[in-house]
Amino acid sequence: MLADEEKREINEELEKYDRKRAAASEALKIVQKYRGWISNESLDDIARYLDMTTEELDSVATCYNLIFRKPVGRHRIFICDSVSCWIMGYEQVLSHIQRRLGVELGQTTPDRRFTLLPIACLGACDKAPAMMVDDDLYVELSPTKVDEILDAYR
Amino acid sequence: MDKPLTQNIRPDREPLDIDQYERAGGYRALRKALHMSPLQIQQMVSASNLRGRGGAGFPTGRKWGAVPMGERARRPKFLIMNADEMEPGTFKDRLLLEGDPNQIVESIILSAYAVEADIAYIFLRWGYKLAARRVTKAIAQAYEKGYLGKNILGSPYSLELYLHTSAGRYMCGEEDGLLDALQGKRAIPRTKPPHSVTCGLWGKPTVVNNVETLANVPHIVNNGPEWFKSLSRTEDGGTKLYGASGKVTRTGIWELPMGTTLGEIFHEYAGGMINGHKFRGLLPGGASTQFMLEQHFDVKMDFTFPQQVGSRLGTGTIIVLDDKTCPVGMLLNLERFFARESCGWCTPCREGLPWIMRILEAMEKGEGRPEEVDILQEHTWLLQLGHTFCALAPGAVMPLESALKYFRDDFDQHIRRQRCPWR
Repeated sequence: MLADEEKREINEELEKYDRKRAAASEALKIVQKYRGWISNESLDDIARYLDMTTEELDSVATCYNLIFRKPVGRHRIFICDSVSCWIMGYEQVLSHIQRRLGVELGQTTPDRRFTLLPIACLGACDKAPAMMVDDDLYVELSPTKVDEILDAYR
Repeated sequence: MDKPLTQNIRPDREPLDIDQYERAGGYRALRKALHMSPLQIQQMVSASNLRGRGGAGFPTGRKWGAVPMGERARRPKFLIMNADEMEPGTFKDRLLLEGDPNQIVESIILSAYAVEADIAYIFLRWGYKLAARRVTKAIAQAYEKGYLGKNILGSPYSLELYLHTSAGRYMCGEEDGLLDALQGKRAIPRTKPPHSVTCGLWGKPTVVNNVETLANVPHIVNNGPEWFKSLSRTEDGGTKLYGASGKVTRTGIWELPMGTTLGEIFHEYAGGMINGHKFRGLLPGGASTQFMLEQHFDVKMDFTFPQQVGSRLGTGTIIVLDDKTCPVGMLLNLERFFARESCGWCTPCREGLPWIMRILEAMEKGEGRPEEVDILQEHTWLLQLGHTFCALAPGAVMPLESALKYFRDDFDQHIRRQRCPWR
């Protein structure tokens, strides 16, 4: 069952489109915001609400990389691995994060604090290397700077 | 030098709010346009030689001219601003979206009026959070002032404008992929024809234009096509947002006359290489363009001249390769991106890109075999335009094909020495 708050936010999205299913990706994002990730149950809840089959909605959920079909940590680190960041030494920043957190790309720390994920170009190439933590953009990264940034996310 | 697109943008300062924007001349173009017919605006845009700034360079006036108009057109008609800036090495639209959101909204209303669209969407990148906040505010203020909604400024014209944020994937920047994403489906290219201008979103006439393209429209309406053409140094009208990233002295975005030479962008604006690094080559407009070298520095960067030396303008944001960075490693980074972002719809792309990626990985690890350079070369033919549904794979082999031409010795060295010389 979708919560009232989830329904209210999805209804706002529905007003933007001709057809219900057009709100699929927004609905997935809304539910993910409240529940952290999209479980099979969440998928059923949303599909029913948008008059889609669960399979149809899953084809949408598994297409977009910002919809999580597995549990993730409290904070998501998206490290840009595209060309400008690569030239500017993103690999050093990445291996520093991996050592610090003890996880590989795609994994979550045992305390569920962080999930480390790769992301395509963040459009901050003039200040590479760049990453986002949840909704915040960080640029001109170095191992020291990364330590300061991650300390702030509990 | 006129800089219409960025005239209101000051680095590290809040953008103009709607009142300040109006005082700076904002929304004057819309008032003027509503006294003209949509076809008159289309003619102005055609006469201005504005070409699509998303990378393909299709003449904007010609695209709009293909939209069914008047009573017989199927409704609702849609106009979509493609703000899904995901081309690696490209960060120009971010500047416009964050720096002057009211200009963005006005340009959409005007352009929608020119094609008689009923509904407009901004398809925005997920990661552009600041842009989302600022554009949302600009839309709300435009509604309050009567620039959006029913009977705009008392005219018979009505328009609704919505912001849609993407859930990721490079494919959404491709026009058909974007339409699928907006309809709540997997992003997959469609067979053409029909083209989206006649059969797009939910099968209705739909115009999709890049952010920078549309941002020019208010200025064309205000100042006329002749003025717009005079901004450029070549036949393509207007200014262009050029940019640079990599190991150059100054990275950033600069609004310059269309047709500014590559050498000027590199030396005068990017300030050349940072100390201790030598220039080897550059991708002139994002990941899916062909390398250009020092011998190409006097090429005027518009939609025509780079093609004469086997490259293209693309998005106009250059990515510089230096002598301390391995060209094969750079290619591996690019092809890994394209392989990951392939939607898997057609075989050459789904199978070819991972194959290219594995060969480059092997070369970087010192396990490359001599015949594999030929296999890479073959892929540049196999994945070319006409063999695939969309431009993703053809774009992916552009840097590869040119790297094999210009940096062949680096590939051979990897194989001969069985290691990456840069590691």
